[in-house]
Amino acid sequence: MIKTLIQKLTETYSPSGYENDIRQVIRAEIESLVDDIRVDALGNLIARKGSNGKNGKRIMLAGHMDEIGLITTHIDPNGFIRFSGIGGIYPHTLYSGRVRFLNGVTGVIGCERIIDINKTLPVGHLFIDVGATNTRDCPIKIGEVAAFDRPFFDMGKRLVGKAMDDRIGCAVMIEALRTLKDSPHDIYFVFTTQEEVGLRGAVTSAYGIDPEIGISLDVTATGDTPKARKMDVSLGQGPAIKIKDGGMLSDVRVVDWMIHTAQKGRIPFQREVLEGGTTDATAIQLTRSGVPAGCISIPCRYIHSPSEMVDTDDVINATKLLVALLSNPISLK
Amino acid sequence: MANSTTLDKKRLALLEKLSQAMGVSGEEGEIRNIILEEIRPLGVDFKIDALGNLLVLKKGTGKIRHKVMLAAHMDEIGFMIAADDGEGLFRFEINGGIDVRQLPGKAVIVGKDHIPGVIGARPIHLTSSSERKDKIPLNSLRIDVGPGSNKIKRGDRATFATHFQRVGPSIIGKALDDRLGVAVLIELLKQPYPDIDLQVAFTVQEETGLRGARVAAFSFKPDLAFVVDSTPAYDLPSWDDEENISYNCHLGAGPAIYISDGATLSDPRLIRLLVNTAEKEGFSYQFRQPGGGGTDAGSIHKQGSGIPSVSISIPGRYAHTAVGMARISDFNDTIFLLKATLQSIPPDFLAQERK
Repeated sequence: MIKTLIQKLTETYSPSGYENDIRQVIRAEIESLVDDIRVDALGNLIARKGSNGKNGKRIMLAGHMDEIGLITTHIDPNGFIRFSGIGGIYPHTLYSGRVRFLNGVTGVIGCERIIDINKTLPVGHLFIDVGATNTRDCPIKIGEVAAFDRPFFDMGKRLVGKAMDDRIGCAVMIEALRTLKDSPHDIYFVFTTQEEVGLRGAVTSAYGIDPEIGISLDVTATGDTPKARKMDVSLGQGPAIKIKDGGMLSDVRVVDWMIHTAQKGRIPFQREVLEGGTTDATAIQLTRSGVPAGCISIPCRYIHSPSEMVDTDDVINATKLLVALLSNPISLK
Repeated sequence: MANSTTLDKKRLALLEKLSQAMGVSGEEGEIRNIILEEIRPLGVDFKIDALGNLLVLKKGTGKIRHKVMLAAHMDEIGFMIAADDGEGLFRFEINGGIDVRQLPGKAVIVGKDHIPGVIGARPIHLTSSSERKDKIPLNSLRIDVGPGSNKIKRGDRATFATHFQRVGPSIIGKALDDRLGVAVLIELLKQPYPDIDLQVAFTVQEETGLRGARVAAFSFKPDLAFVVDSTPAYDLPSWDDEENISYNCHLGAGPAIYISDGATLSDPRLIRLLVNTAEKEGFSYQFRQPGGGGTDAGSIHKQGSGIPSVSISIPGRYAHTAVGMARISDFNDTIFLLKATLQSIPPDFLAQERK
C-alpha cells in the first residue's frame, strides 16, 4: 500500500515550476479525505482538514512535490541538447543517465571527450542525446524541462527511486491523512512547489495560510555509508527530528513536543543536526510575524541522485509520529 | 504602426536623457524626476513609496479587470565614495555587480552635481610588464577629480560618464540596464487598456537585491506581473570557431522571454500568452537561455500568496560595464509585444491552474 503509493509518486515527472502532473496524482489520492482543497498562484496544492476547536491550532504541514531536473538551453545543428540544472544537480550523477522530458521524449546524457578520467566535467560539458540528427528534427525546444528517468525499486526493507526527495514526505502526509481519526486542529496539508530552487512555494502558501505551527516533511542526509561525512543519522533508526540545518534553528518548543510525543508513543526517532541544506520549514518560520516551526526528516542516502534510498520502517514511523503529533491538543512550552 | 527600426527624435532624446542621468541604487531621484516629467501630462495617478519606488496606476473601464503589474528598475550599478584621501582623490566602494577589471581608465561623474572625475591607473610608461599581468584590486583604485572641489562627501554616489549615441540601428550608452525598460514602461503608459488595471512600478534598488520590487508588489497586490529588464547578450563570434552555446540571447532577435533564471521560474501561462501574442501578430521574440541571474520578478512572484510573473528583456551587450550596446528594433519590438499582450489578456486568464 504505502510502497505502491511511493512508487506512483516517485515515477511521476515534475521538476520545480512544472508540478502539474504530480499535483494531479496527489489530488486524486487525497480529494475524498479532506474538507477543502485549492491550488494557489504558484501551484501549491493546499488541502485542509479539521476545524479550529477550542483546543485546536492552525497547523501547516509542508512536503514538496517538485524534484530536481534539467532545462534545455541550446540545440546544436546535429540535434544535441545543452542544458542547465533546475535545483542542485551534480554532473557525476548525470553522465550516461537517462532523462525524460515532460512531453514524453526520453534522452541519454552524453559528455564531451574526457581527457582526465579522474576529473568530473562540469554540467556545461554534458549534453542530452534524444536521437535527433539536426535542429529541425529535434523534438525538444529551448526551455523544455526533463527529470531523471529511473524506475522505483523495492528492496524489501529499503526502497530506491528518483525524487524520494521529497515524494517520500508527500507519501507520509498522504498516509497520515488516511490514518488520522480525530484531531482538534485545523490542519493544512500543503504539497508545495519550487522547494528545490529556494523554498518558493512555501513562502507564498505559508503567507496565505498564516499558520500557528509549521512542520515540514522532507528527507535528510545520513552518515552511515563508507567514508561519509560525519553525521549521526542512519537509515532504519527512525524518523529524524530536526534541531538545526543550514537554514533553520527549529523552535525548541516544537522539538520538545516532537520528542515527548515520540517517547510517549514508543516511536523510534533520531536527533538531527544537518550541516548543509534546508527545508520548507525555514520559509514558514519567517512568515509574517514568525511561526514556531520544525521538521520531521526521513533519512535518505544518495540525495539528489537518480537513486535515492530510504528505509520502509522510517517511513512508517514518520507517519506514526506525525499522526500522534496531530491527534492531541498542543501546548508549546 | 512604426517600423521596428525607426526611432523618432522624441524617443531618442528620452533614451539619451535616461541613459546619461545618474541613478545609482538608493538614490534614484534623478531618474524618477525624468519619468514624472513624461507621465504627468498623461493624467495618471501616481505615488512615491517609502523606498522611492514610483507607483503609477492607470485604471481600465471594463467590467472584469485583472490587476496587471509592470515593473522596470530605475537604479543602475555604480560607486559610492568611501573616503577622502585629499588632493581630490577618493576611495570608493562598488554598488551592484561590477567587474573591477573594467574600472581603470574610466571617466566618471560624482554626486548630485555630476562632478567629472576619472578612475586613474598608472600609465604603461611607469609600470613593469610583470605588474601589468595582475588586475588592480579595488582598494588600489581611486576616483580622481583633481584638487579644488570640496563638494564631494563620503556616501556620495558616482557612475560612469558615458555619452549616449545612436549608431545606425544600435544605441550605445551606460545604464541601458534598465533605462531601456523604464522607457518601455513610459511608452506603454501612453496606450489604452480598457480591460485591465495597469499598475506600473518604476522600482529602486534592483541591482542590490530586488528590494524595491518587493515592497512595490506588496502595495499593488497584482493578479499577475510582467517585468521589463535588459539581459546581457554574448552573441559575438567565438574566437576558436567552436559553436557558441552560451550566448544568453542575441541582439536584433527581439525581446528575450524568460523561462527560468536564478530567481524565478516564469509562470508557464504567461510565457504562452507572450509567445502566442507574438506568433499571432508576427512580432519577433527569442527565449533567454535558462540559467542564472535574476530580475525584479524574483521578489514579485513570492509576494503575498504568490503572483504569477514573467520577465522580458531587451538584449544588451557589455552589461554592467561603462558602456553597453542595444538594438533599436529590440526596444521597439518589446513595446509592440507588451502592448499587444496587455490589450489581449482574456478575462478568464487565471481560471486555469499553473501549468
